[in-house]
Amino acid sequence: MPPKILSGPAVPADVPVAAVARRSGAFARLLADRWGLAGAAVAAGFVLLALFAPSLSGISGNNPYTYHLSALTSSGLPKGALGGVSTAHWLGVEPQTGRDLFAIVAYGARISLLVGVGATLLATVIGTVLGVLAGYRGGLVDTLLSRFTDLTIAFPQLIFMIALGALVPASFPKQFFMVAVIGAFGWPSVARVVRGQTMALRNRSFVVAAQAVGARPLHILRTEILPNLAATITVIATMSIPGAIGTEAALSFLGIGVPPPTPSWGREISSAIAWVSVDPWYLAAPGIALFLVTLALNAFGDGLRDAFDPRMSGRLR
Amino acid sequence: MKLTRFLLNKLAGMIAVLLLVSLATFLIFYILPANPARTECGRLCTPNELRDVRAFMGLAQPVWHQYLNFLTAIFAGRTYGSGAGAIVCPAPCLGYSFQQNRTVLSLIGQTLPVTASIAVGAAVLWLVTGTAAGVVSALRHGKATDRVVMTTAIVGVSAPSYLVGLLAILLFGFKLNILPVSGYVSLLQSPGQWAFHLILPWCTLAFISAAIYGRLTRSQMLDALGEDYVRTARAKGLLERRVVVRHALRNVMIPIVTMFGLDVGALLGGAVITEKVYSMYGLGALLIGAVQTTDLSTISGVTLLAAVFVLVANFLVDLTYKLLDPRV
Repeated sequence: MPPKILSGPAVPADVPVAAVARRSGAFARLLADRWGLAGAAVAAGFVLLALFAPSLSGISGNNPYTYHLSALTSSGLPKGALGGVSTAHWLGVEPQTGRDLFAIVAYGARISLLVGVGATLLATVIGTVLGVLAGYRGGLVDTLLSRFTDLTIAFPQLIFMIALGALVPASFPKQFFMVAVIGAFGWPSVARVVRGQTMALRNRSFVVAAQAVGARPLHILRTEILPNLAATITVIATMSIPGAIGTEAALSFLGIGVPPPTPSWGREISSAIAWVSVDPWYLAAPGIALFLVTLALNAFGDGLRDAFDPRMSGRLR
Repeated sequence: MKLTRFLLNKLAGMIAVLLLVSLATFLIFYILPANPARTECGRLCTPNELRDVRAFMGLAQPVWHQYLNFLTAIFAGRTYGSGAGAIVCPAPCLGYSFQQNRTVLSLIGQTLPVTASIAVGAAVLWLVTGTAAGVVSALRHGKATDRVVMTTAIVGVSAPSYLVGLLAILLFGFKLNILPVSGYVSLLQSPGQWAFHLILPWCTLAFISAAIYGRLTRSQMLDALGEDYVRTARAKGLLERRVVVRHALRNVMIPIVTMFGLDVGALLGGAVITEKVYSMYGLGALLIGAVQTTDLSTISGVTLLAAVFVLVANFLVDLTYKLLDPRV
């Protein structure tokens, strides 16, 4: 059916149909992507691990806080091979304290995923608003917002995040602080992609037609632009999660994250520095967990991008 | 003439951004905290001391005046208080740390060489090895070398640098025992030991970025090698090496340099993480210590310096850009 450009309502009605058709092809492509699927499965596994952390670590009768000094030698090292792996401690125990590493990794996944997803949501909202504004309005607004985006990208973000840590009171929950700062610095990649897509959409016939029949900008944004941006935004948001998780781990590694004894992968890796020569297995549990979840989400994000928006491949890192 | 105008333009933009950043830093770290004098003075602060500190910091004046003081101190220096107890902070004064009883500049002067050594060395290493790996894998497209570089890039992107660093410490430090795993030796004291102690930090920080840059160079190089100007150069009978270096690589370098400009901030963050892995006392350790003691002068000094670092690096990037691409 040829698009009826001048008969107002018919054109917008056409758009979702086309989008749905494109999307069903996308799901087929996603299902055919073995790397992407494996990534999705591993990521889902970590979500389950985080959700059921208490019951899963409860199977072996553990929690991340109890000291098991009986599992340690007199010099504070785990008894037995592989950092004290046993039926009671599936991933071994922490040196010095003997806390169960499986429980620490499972509870640590909660902080990682909470901050990773929370910060990404915040960054996506900010990035979408600024990107749509810059792309749809164009002109001076676009110039100023694009400059601001470039400045934010080039900024020494980690340094600023650490510095801002001095301003929040000790009683303020650090996980929300991290969501706020990682989100506040994470939006530029979203804004850039959304801006580009919005600019392309702005000149499409269905948007021009809606403008011609006198639709208000907000109405056009809601009914024409945003639905067509949904796939792109989902892809870029998914691709941003591993970066946010990495930043959370880096902040915790530097000692700016959630305070002990709340388990956190980054802090465990940081404590492992002192033990790496005598108990290298201590590093393995949190290190592999962080690496795996990042790799899985990267693979899933890449698969999602290739499936939904093949043109975007290569444009992002 | 045109170059002078270009430089002046860029310089003016840089100063404008620097003023904005300094204003933001000032507002965030001097105005936002409910009582900066109180935090500056510390927990065991008597009312008398608090009054002194307020006077010292010039907090009785209006906000805009305080900012002006903050700015002029950078160029003209500043004296806190008066009489026998006065503290002179000579220009360029970035503030005075009442916790450590030292000027912020001297604290930075002590720690900056460590962080800068890590950052600059790693940046050179990643640019050189990343570009080289990308060119080689593009020229050997589809062969084993290509696949090794690309696999490293994909896996490398998911491994945080501190994890790579700890594995490197384990392998080269403790298992093979061939490289030092901690400590910083001043360049002036012993250039050889300086470089020897920095080998692992450099490789740690450069590894992942080199992989990313390798991947970017490869795809750009493959595109460039298919372009008409490369075919023309080849048709003229130029040596393959000259075609690759003078014609293809020169164009490939433009996006690489652009990306590097965006990565300078991340480079500084990476250096801060790396110095912690290798137990070196650099800017990051100074900043984290300052955050833990709410030493706001030091915090704002370090953040301002980091912003200057990024701006200057971007200025250099723009300059390189100009040299690579005469059209800019």
